[in-house]
Amino acid sequence: MSIKLEHLDYIYSPGTAYEKHALKDICLEIAHGEFVGIIGHTGSGKSTLIQHLNGLIRASGGKLYYNGEDIYKEGYDMKMLRSRVGLVFQYPEHQLFEADVMSDVCFGPKNQGLPSEECKVRALEALRLVGLKEKYYSSSPFELSGGQKRRAAIAGVLAMRPEVLVLDEPTAGLDPKGRDDILEQIAFLHRQSDMTVILVSHSMEDIARYTDRIVVMNCGEILYNAAPKQVFAHYRELEQVGLAAPQVTYIMHDLKERGFLVNTDVTTVEEAAGEIIKALETRR
Amino acid sequence: MEAEYPMDMIQTEKLVYEYEKRDEEGNIIGMSRAVDEVDVNIKEGQFIAILGHNGSGKSTFAKHINAILTPTEGSMWVDGRNTKEPEELWNVRKSAGMVFQNPDNQIIGTVVEEDVGFGPENLGVPTDEIWHRVEESLKAVGMISYRHHSPNKLSGGQKQRVAIAGVVAMEPKCIVLDEPTAMLDPVGRREVLRTVESLRKKKKVTVILITHYMEEVIDADKIYVMDHGHVVMEGTPREIFSRVEELKKFRLDVPQVTILSDELRRQGIHIPAGILRKEELVECLCQLS
Repeated sequence: MSIKLEHLDYIYSPGTAYEKHALKDICLEIAHGEFVGIIGHTGSGKSTLIQHLNGLIRASGGKLYYNGEDIYKEGYDMKMLRSRVGLVFQYPEHQLFEADVMSDVCFGPKNQGLPSEECKVRALEALRLVGLKEKYYSSSPFELSGGQKRRAAIAGVLAMRPEVLVLDEPTAGLDPKGRDDILEQIAFLHRQSDMTVILVSHSMEDIARYTDRIVVMNCGEILYNAAPKQVFAHYRELEQVGLAAPQVTYIMHDLKERGFLVNTDVTTVEEAAGEIIKALETRR
Repeated sequence: MEAEYPMDMIQTEKLVYEYEKRDEEGNIIGMSRAVDEVDVNIKEGQFIAILGHNGSGKSTFAKHINAILTPTEGSMWVDGRNTKEPEELWNVRKSAGMVFQNPDNQIIGTVVEEDVGFGPENLGVPTDEIWHRVEESLKAVGMISYRHHSPNKLSGGQKQRVAIAGVVAMEPKCIVLDEPTAMLDPVGRREVLRTVESLRKKKKVTVILITHYMEEVIDADKIYVMDHGHVVMEGTPREIFSRVEELKKFRLDVPQVTILSDELRRQGIHIPAGILRKEELVECLCQLS
């Protein structure tokens, strides 16, 4: 059970003045149940990459296997792939369109051809998973706040019970509490079920906190593919490609320079506090 | 002299903004107060940050500053002009420019310099003067080498700097930026913030920044926190970010270095509250040992 990309290439508008080699020789494997982060500057190919995962974009070259099956082979069931790999776009709330939240969340399973009773069961399950209060189920999506709308939109994808959940900057534009709530909910979902989660984000702090592995994209190529600690150790290189490390990582490097015996591969506040206290004790 | 007695750039007196809530048929079913009796006083040249959760009323308030909206009750003066007076509209908009979240919605020209020239052209500035301003403002945001480029080939941070140049070219005394970095990658974010900082320092422009990134406001002269249309907290970054629990109640946060400092303090390390910069924390820890 996995996603495997072999020498994937993608060229936008080939043969025209706008030709752009958006993905170059991408080799990547994502195992079932992983929580993977994708980072990269604007235009690095992140969004193009994730749109390949459920077959929305067809590669110009290379292969993509889902659970061992070549998705580009003749007769492959793309519709099934799209319900297995759920994609939450940037600003997904712009795509809410039904008169009430419940109907909107039911739309995905309904489209899968499920009976309406089953759609409702799944919609209720999805709405509970994203933590949207019951009183909003019959509201118009337009009556919800930004964070609530975003949850409703994510529920719409979850209602299809995907095996893989791909989120493209799910917290952009949300206030800090909304940001934390949504990410906590996704982390909870990931712990509770065996869903694979792929998170695209510009927040290095969030990526460091939640993911097991980070894929760094630069100009259509994979620059790094490793655990957060290993990736953020390259903080200077990351800055060269439009990224950064979490603020605490920089603090640890500064402390080390000033003679503190701290590990610099720290990426979260908790780890940083632990390291600093240890270092202070040895200094005394 | 001016530095000692700065002029009021923006002043409000019990500003209220109400809008009608309608049902699906378009019938009015009630009124909603987005901004509720807000009093602010912003001096010329200040850097002001407005924080608040989604729906707290901060963007609605900001839209009053260049008279996209006008108060339902109370008043707002921008550079001494009452925004409610129809004959002052153009003067208000000349004084205060706005930059929004999505760079793609703000750029209209097919060439960068054309886009930047649009604002002053609309104000009726003579052609020679337009070219001069276009050049100056593109220089100010560090985008002069892109003047002949097409905006849609630029990165998010570059587009946002072009949008800022477009506002700067109108030579406003005050710039309002409503979440200008929300859609940008870390370097794009830094580019925009540095641009704003240099405008503030070199051109003495009054800056009002609305953001959800707490790290972006640590240099502000003053922070206003909004909740349910009210100003609920007001103070320097150090004062505001010392009140972590209160901020959390308003769905906000503090910079990561402040969280770390608080965590260390909780574990018995003697460092002061309200640390905002990594350098401060490093310095404090060095003093300790």
